[in-house]
Amino acid sequence: MNMGGSHISDSISARQRLMDRFFQALTTGSAWLVLVILAGIIVSLFVGGWQALVAFGPKFLVTDEWNPVTERFGALVPIYGTLISSLIALLIAVPMSFGIAIFLTEVAPDWMRRPIGTAIELLAAIPSIIYGMWGLFVFAPVMSQHVQPWLQTRFGDTPLIGALFQGAPLGIGMLPAGIILGIMIIPYITALMRDVFLTTPKFLKESAYGVGATHWEVVWNVVLPYTRVGAVGGIFLGLGRALGETMAVTFVIGNTHRMSASLFEPGNSIASTLANEFNEAVGDMHTSALIALGLVLFMITFIVLALAKLLLLGLESRDSAKS
Amino acid sequence: MGLRYFRRRSVNIVSLTGSLLATIFGLFWLFWILWTTVSYGIAALDWNLFHQNTPAPGGIGGLANAIVGSLIMVGLATVIGTPVGILAGTYLAEYGGRSWVAGTIRFINDILLSAPSIIIGLFVYELVVVSMGHFSALAGAIALAIIMLPVVIRTTEEMLRLVPNTLREATLALGAPRWKMISLVAYRAALSGILTGVLLAIARIAGETAPLLFTALSNQFWSTDLMQPMANLPVVIFQFAMSPYSEWHTLAWAGSLLITLSVLILSIVARALLSKAQMDH
Repeated sequence: MNMGGSHISDSISARQRLMDRFFQALTTGSAWLVLVILAGIIVSLFVGGWQALVAFGPKFLVTDEWNPVTERFGALVPIYGTLISSLIALLIAVPMSFGIAIFLTEVAPDWMRRPIGTAIELLAAIPSIIYGMWGLFVFAPVMSQHVQPWLQTRFGDTPLIGALFQGAPLGIGMLPAGIILGIMIIPYITALMRDVFLTTPKFLKESAYGVGATHWEVVWNVVLPYTRVGAVGGIFLGLGRALGETMAVTFVIGNTHRMSASLFEPGNSIASTLANEFNEAVGDMHTSALIALGLVLFMITFIVLALAKLLLLGLESRDSAKS
Repeated sequence: MGLRYFRRRSVNIVSLTGSLLATIFGLFWLFWILWTTVSYGIAALDWNLFHQNTPAPGGIGGLANAIVGSLIMVGLATVIGTPVGILAGTYLAEYGGRSWVAGTIRFINDILLSAPSIIIGLFVYELVVVSMGHFSALAGAIALAIIMLPVVIRTTEEMLRLVPNTLREATLALGAPRWKMISLVAYRAALSGILTGVLLAIARIAGETAPLLFTALSNQFWSTDLMQPMANLPVVIFQFAMSPYSEWHTLAWAGSLLITLSVLILSIVARALLSKAQMDH
């Protein structure tokens, strides 16, 4: 009873101040965890891959030998497979995503935009192992019976590109892997392109329509120049996804350590090599070489994704400066 | 003039038709893949799936241990990843602001969001599996938690930013401390949006295979021991689909249908919640 009111409120506010500090520390710590995870990934990949990195040095990146028996390892074949399959994916996904983004922002009537946009986004929700199952059991037979024979008779004798279509039409190999990767990254590139296209100021578009421009001329001469940086950022994001995609590729790429000019031949990517060999690795050097391979993959995707992010950030800051 | 007008019009028609065809191209794969999963999956559905364990090669059986294993690991990952993700998102939205620390964390978080999940598997292998000496469900759950974290962080930040500042100012003006303002007012206003992020994150990890290969591995038998390898749908599907046995293929299709259905339902529910959240603001 003889406790003054001010004392009570003092002790309450002291406790609240403590809680405030505690809560802020808790949120700050959780946020720092993101940086800790990044550091942890880099350190653990270096530690795990150290034995191989020391043994093979920079030549690891340019050696095409991968032999667990003699313990000679080089990353060239998986790196080649990763880059080629992702390149095929981009050749398919970039024009298609551009078309879909235009359809969703300029062509489709309003009531269609949301359901179709959602359907395309669902392509990204399907787990990659489902793409793999479908690719192996449904898509590969179609490729080997119809698509690949057609490509072979149509382009097989053409100089230069003919070499791409040689060999047995197995339905598994670099080309099917690249096509499936392309389908998988369409939703990511489409979503970003659509979002950046929508940032084009209405008055710019309306001025163009006002002087009689067609839909296509507005897209090509107004929307695209205005959003080019962001669209390229979206493409890089899709590339980053394609480079590291694992399960779908593992099912259909063929998992063979060989480098060949033909897209019909089976190959290997970094991620599929890891998925196939890591648990069956014989000896420390094999495991270490696989982790070093993981380090290479992480560095490539990190750079590509960082570029994507920087391009998109550049667009954002320009837009906020203008508005 | 007439010729030029004709040319401009034809270019326009051709390119707009092209955009329509591209859209049909995208939808075509979605329906083909879904159709495959549903038709093969329904043919493989069977009561045994839910009360028998994964069989030996060539035998008959079900997926009971894999279904339970997936539920346990995804559940545990959600329990770990959700609070940490929400707190980190809270820092970015409420405390970090435009500071360079917050900017860096945001940047790195966005990169981790798209980083290959197999790398997370390698990281957790080095961190947990090597130090424990064997594969375990716990390691699998940690790997999944790390994969869901960036999704939760990002949506939490975005949703908290939608909460009007006037609400914050009104609460603080009443004398409420900041932590109460955030936990009682801001969280409540952003609730459905934050929930969307958690659901999307669960949908993302439900089908993840690559990180579990190096952490939880799989288990032919029933096991609920977190310290031991545990069966899970994605890895079982992978092993069974790559095998030469047709009984295993059938089970893999049944598992694919279960995973695809749960992931699609989660994504669609999340989207519905999100559009409700956007309408609230």
